[in-house]
Amino acid sequence: MCVRSYARVALLAVLSVIIPIASQVGAATQLTGAGSTFDYPFFSRAFYDYSQQNNDVTVNYQSIGSGGGIQQFIAKTVDFGASDVPADENELKQAGQPVLQIPVTLGSEAIGYNLPGIGKGLRLTRESIAAIYLGKITQWNDAELQKLNPDLKLPALPIVVVHRSDGSGTTYIFTDFLSAVSPEWKEKVGIGKSVQWPVGIGGKGNEGVAGQVRQTPGAIGYVELAYVLQNDMPYAQVRNRAGRYLYPSLATTRAAAATKPNVSSTDFSIVDAPGANAYPIAGYSWVMLYETSSDPKRAALVKAVMTWLVTKGQADAAAVDYVPLPDNVQRQALKILGDTKSEGAVQ
Amino acid sequence: MAKSEELRSGSDLGCARVSKGAETARAIVTTAPVQPPPSRLPATRPAAHRGRGFAACVYSATAIFLALVLALFVELSWKSRLAIETFGLSFLWTSAWNPVTNQFGALTFIYGTVVSSSIAIVLAAVVGILAGAFLAEFGPAWFTTPLSFLIELLAAIPSVVYGLWGLFVLAPVMRDYLEPWLQKYLGFLPFFTGAIYGIGMLTAGVVLAIMIVPTVTAISRDVMAAIPQSQREAIWALGASRWQGFWMVVLPGARAGVFGACALALGRALGETIATTMVIGNRPAISVSWFAPAYSLSSVIANEFTEATSQLYLSALIELGLLLFVISVIVNGLARLLLWTVFRPAED
Amino acid sequence: MHRLRSACGIFATAFCAAGVAIVLLVILGYVVREGIGALSLAFATQLPRPVGIPGGGVGNGIVGSAIIVGLAAVAAIPIGALTGVFLTYFGHGPLAATVRFLSDVLAGIPSIAIGLFAYTLLVAPMGHFSAWSASFAFAILMLPVIITTTESAIKGVARELYESAIALGIPPHRAIVHVILPSARAGITTGMVLAIARVTGETAPLLFTAFGSQFWEFNPNNPMAELSLQVFTYAISPYRSWHQQAWGGALILIFVVVFMNLAARVLLRPGIGRRVRAPLGS
Repeated sequence: MCVRSYARVALLAVLSVIIPIASQVGAATQLTGAGSTFDYPFFSRAFYDYSQQNNDVTVNYQSIGSGGGIQQFIAKTVDFGASDVPADENELKQAGQPVLQIPVTLGSEAIGYNLPGIGKGLRLTRESIAAIYLGKITQWNDAELQKLNPDLKLPALPIVVVHRSDGSGTTYIFTDFLSAVSPEWKEKVGIGKSVQWPVGIGGKGNEGVAGQVRQTPGAIGYVELAYVLQNDMPYAQVRNRAGRYLYPSLATTRAAAATKPNVSSTDFSIVDAPGANAYPIAGYSWVMLYETSSDPKRAALVKAVMTWLVTKGQADAAAVDYVPLPDNVQRQALKILGDTKSEGAVQ
Repeated sequence: MAKSEELRSGSDLGCARVSKGAETARAIVTTAPVQPPPSRLPATRPAAHRGRGFAACVYSATAIFLALVLALFVELSWKSRLAIETFGLSFLWTSAWNPVTNQFGALTFIYGTVVSSSIAIVLAAVVGILAGAFLAEFGPAWFTTPLSFLIELLAAIPSVVYGLWGLFVLAPVMRDYLEPWLQKYLGFLPFFTGAIYGIGMLTAGVVLAIMIVPTVTAISRDVMAAIPQSQREAIWALGASRWQGFWMVVLPGARAGVFGACALALGRALGETIATTMVIGNRPAISVSWFAPAYSLSSVIANEFTEATSQLYLSALIELGLLLFVISVIVNGLARLLLWTVFRPAED
Repeated sequence: MHRLRSACGIFATAFCAAGVAIVLLVILGYVVREGIGALSLAFATQLPRPVGIPGGGVGNGIVGSAIIVGLAAVAAIPIGALTGVFLTYFGHGPLAATVRFLSDVLAGIPSIAIGLFAYTLLVAPMGHFSAWSASFAFAILMLPVIITTTESAIKGVARELYESAIALGIPPHRAIVHVILPSARAGITTGMVLAIARVTGETAPLLFTAFGSQFWEFNPNNPMAELSLQVFTYAISPYRSWHQQAWGGALILIFVVVFMNLAARVLLRPGIGRRVRAPLGS
């Protein structure tokens, strides 16, 4: 009996060593990337297509959060990082090596709401959104809101403000927008992936916010564009700087990006853009990679993948309701990737 | 003896007589809980060296466990030293949490964790121990076997599922039925006043209770089932009903194990991240009302850790983790103190 | 009078047991309703596909979960069980009390803190994510449950059994391993099952340890997919198709744990909840 069980254990041990090793033989090079949850659907589609076309490279991207992405990139446990906010000076210093940062896609945010009896069609100004989130407008039938919506009968419900509880690039873009349109917000709260909200309850993730809004009469919340396009949620028209009421869409987001021809990792905000067709709540998402590394072949592979991502890969963006880069920004990204001595490279 | 005649007469004794009889019976038949044998047995047998090998395994396993806990504490303390140096003790009673200005304080989270976990453990302990009693004592075997299995299944449901179910199914029920009912009939208590959102402290407590009740039930059931049948038969022979037998013999005998089950369950409630964060409302504010949104230590860590980039922010979040360690120590310490002083000690 | 109290007491227990079972059925029903549409053989055996491309599944997540939880169990069960033996037979006084106390304290640490610990200890020095680090984090999560239940289970075995074994000349270590532990089988199995069920549903520690993957992976030294992580990622995404896959994945997770529960119970009889009075040497 003893011999038989020892034999079984020995066989198991041998197999558990052979199988993992055997599975590595002939395998493709696997690059790893981590970061923004916002980018995840787009990246999963794009890298899948890339691997179909280039059999010797696979890319494993996991959405552990923008901050997590930057941390892991600095720790060099991944080949590239993705973040909704580019790494700042401090973080680049910690990385110790020259880092390239390129914009890869755009996102915008819709203001979803739940008003019984009222479907689509709510209109809001930038200032009124700020006032709601500051807690200064507390009822839906407030005179100011009613004035903006003369043909809707707004109910006498208290406004239940919903925001993101988890740190996110979506919150960064939203607070960037609020700071741009409301000096009071800028002073009292500021910009960040997480902030100290004056009012409101926090939902975790887009699903948390949307779920809360869907179920609470009188609720209002901000969610990514892809979200409202994929789910039935009424969302508001927002008046932009040019005075037009616009729905967030691929077209209006691209128009917002087009108003800023030169985007860099230190000057990247496109909220409250001036164009006539520009939606005011939008922002870029970034990828960071090392210019060189101890494994030059690997570094070259990463660059090749990223070059593909900002060119042919953009076709996948539209397929999943993400906004492709405008041409000028694409050219800039390519310059950063191709020419290490250009002004786009960040030291 | 007159007493034994009294004990032998009839099966339907009055309460007073049964309790007196029970005391005597317990004195006669109750064995003390398993005492560990002396570990120094004469090492004269030929297999003694293997016994020493076994003892070595046992000691090294325990040593590994202790080393892990120590290393965890050291690592948490080390990584939070920046926040500790910056904020000092005032971290514990400051309620600001502002990642933009780097002002951090833990008070609101401590409150949220303590209250939501308390609600959860009270609900889960009562329901779990009674359910375990049913499974071990009173239910028919054909019924309790599948029921036990079903209840253990609750432990397998991923926490994100609990969170989503809590958000989409439980929160509307709380908002439309339970919380208004509580406000109407128990509204004089400050806990049941205020605006009703559906999510909030009470909903989080209920979701946590549901998550931890299988632990309490399964372990209580096993501990109660392990009480020797002879003890039950002894007290039944004295005329006690099944319920009285349970209450007077099984439950006291199972005390230590049930306590262990509750400690495990409480631990899970304190440390639960994803399910809580979906239903607690994530508002760092202290409110006496249980309908109001709140924020717990583990929720804020889960929400903000992956996005935090500044060193102070990260350090403050890890200090919250260290705080949870300390709260766990305090709560468990208090509970064990209670067990030792108020009740007679049941372990060594 | 006392008959009424007895009846009320028994009714209360039945009510609570039924209540718990009903809550479970409600939650289970919800998961089934949401996820049954996604279930199929393809779903359980294919790799994930990006959104917009139909099909795809959680095959690598199932394999990854099995490997990670399996490795964690292999580490945690012996350490936890032996520590439980320590608490009943080898430890005395303050040391045993401390170990017991620390086990309860460990149960209260959030899983994300333990994931961070595993990251610091294993991922950062190794320079990459791996399944080893995830198993390490899971093993730590499993330890308190196994220690507590093993101790309870052993204490539930009558002392006379141990004394009879010693009296018959069986050395203590054999008495413990061959007589006491088998008699305590039911309780120890409960602990194992609860511990495995608990970690199979955990997500937070995996973000910084196993990392996740869209590909087949059998090497524990690499980042690996995990089913609960996939469920989480899909559940918080914007896409309806992914939501349904999340629920389908959750259903599979529950099935896997049910299967393990059944297997453990069948392989390690006696039955659930029945009083254990195993005769010597069985």
